Amino acid sequence: MKTWRLTRRNTLAMAGILIISFFLVMALVGPSFAPYSPTQPNLDAILEPPSAQHLLGTDDTGMDILSRILWGSRIAFTSALTIVLVAGGIGTLVGLLAGWWGGIWDDILMRITDMFLAFPSLILAMAIAAILRPSLTNALIAISITYWPIYARLARSQVLSLKEREFVEAGRAAGQSSGRLLLRHVVPNALTPLMVQATLDMGAVLLIAAGLSFIGFGAQPPTPEWGRMVSDGRMYLQTQWWIATFPALAILLFVLGFNFLGDALRDIMDPRSRR
Amino acid sequence: MGLWSYILRRLALMVLVLFGVTAITFVLTHVVPVNPVLALVGDRAPQELVDKVYRELGLDKPLWTQYGIYMENLLQGNLGTSIASQRPVAEDLARYLPATMELALAAMLVAIFLGVPAGIVSAVYHNRWPDHVARILALGGVSLPVFFVALVFLAVFYVKLGWMPGPGQLSSYVVPPPRITGMVVLDALLTAHWTAFWNGLHHLIMPASVLGWSSAGIIARMLRSSLLEVLHADYVRTARAKGLPERTVILGHALRNALIPTVTVIGLAFGGLLQGAVLTETIFAWPGIGRYATLSVTQIDVPAVLGVTLVAALIYSLVNLLVDISYAYLDPRIHYG
Repeated sequence: MKTWRLTRRNTLAMAGILIISFFLVMALVGPSFAPYSPTQPNLDAILEPPSAQHLLGTDDTGMDILSRILWGSRIAFTSALTIVLVAGGIGTLVGLLAGWWGGIWDDILMRITDMFLAFPSLILAMAIAAILRPSLTNALIAISITYWPIYARLARSQVLSLKEREFVEAGRAAGQSSGRLLLRHVVPNALTPLMVQATLDMGAVLLIAAGLSFIGFGAQPPTPEWGRMVSDGRMYLQTQWWIATFPALAILLFVLGFNFLGDALRDIMDPRSRR
Repeated sequence: MGLWSYILRRLALMVLVLFGVTAITFVLTHVVPVNPVLALVGDRAPQELVDKVYRELGLDKPLWTQYGIYMENLLQGNLGTSIASQRPVAEDLARYLPATMELALAAMLVAIFLGVPAGIVSAVYHNRWPDHVARILALGGVSLPVFFVALVFLAVFYVKLGWMPGPGQLSSYVVPPPRITGMVVLDALLTAHWTAFWNGLHHLIMPASVLGWSSAGIIARMLRSSLLEVLHADYVRTARAKGLPERTVILGHALRNALIPTVTVIGLAFGGLLQGAVLTETIFAWPGIGRYATLSVTQIDVPAVLGVTLVAALIYSLVNLLVDISYAYLDPRIHYG
């Protein structure tokens, strides 16, 4: 695989893969290594600075920050993955059909896409979260609803260029059915740019989810969600800096990992910057 | 002629898009399982009062009729009355929008001043250490949680060091300038209220830098990749062969052509800024539509939410149209048919 060889030589990509693997391991096995419960208040250990007992300190209800961050990584991974899969799925389907069918269907589907693209997604997500009552699940639904148009546009442009390529023409000449052509020849070739976009978006959607939780429209306490943890610690930033800072660093590192990899992949896929 | 018919067609499409946006928001906010009347009169109000307000808001009518009434009012420039503030929504928006525009424009300046040099450095020193440093800084800006940076800035520069003023647009002891555009700094400049001008500018620095930094990364990334492409173009080689200094080649010949895709990204980033404004305004107590949106959503103030959504979609569409038109100016090869 040429792409893999280029990826391996790319420092930025490898740094990204390293960070992502770190969080993946943390999400998979981290919670079993958590020294304390992530949601159980402990009134004997309130606002303790980082120490041997509590490596990253405790918050105002005595919950261990490290344990909460470990559990939070599972939430972060599932949140980002859910949004990217749902939004990517809807968007890809809409874009594929619009590009493949063309004509009036293309017009209708793309105008709907434009409407959602023009939507202030954070405000829409806030409204949806408020209507359905704020919770992490509702925040994820809300972000997914607002995030699919990017994928629709990308998938459509891919289909439009692939539709005219020789191998699709050849398949058509050989009498293959339209559905089979789309699934066997167009979709596999359209996937790469969509996956690069999804990698970049893993970080971006986590930032939105954390932001929604931060202003109270997402995860509710005592859920160990990182954005919510920053919000819970904001009053203590002057004196007990560790409460908000460590979860914020977790967010930064998680997003950075996906941005490193996504950015490097985009460079590798883009023949213009390969020289 | 071509350009004008293009603009007209785009404006017609924009009306269609905005129509759809109101329809979607309307349906979403009217299938509310929460009763907005209770939020207004409190849940201990007598049933008769609840019923009366319910009818006054027109909520007893079918959804289609309600939408019809809303659209009819909208076409006359009436966005309804905010449930929370009891003022016309249009008046509320006119009051809060300038503050957001001021913040977004200042943030855009920050983003361009940071992003464009970073992109140039990255491309010129392709794959050498200045490129790596600039890229990591740019990606760091995109990856930072804006809300945390805002908190840290306030804690460090306002509380601890006292270099920066606290939340808000002006200090409480400063007399606000007369309202012309609604943008405090600009109004103070226009009316020569120098105390208000410097104080307002001072207040603007922190929220604008916090908001602008994240967009700087997007601009730097796009400029880097498009500059890399044009640096290998024939006309750049010709310019070098003529013996022009490298400065002139890059700033005069390459940059102008590389700017075209960057302008799109700046347009998109402006849309992103309006999103980021929701978080930034909430933290910096900035009296703009982002904070207004948060308050309206919390209070399930449906007319206000509809109004904010419509205005945000309108701004986004207009910016995109401007971006597309600016192509014609930047690249004379583009024709609109």
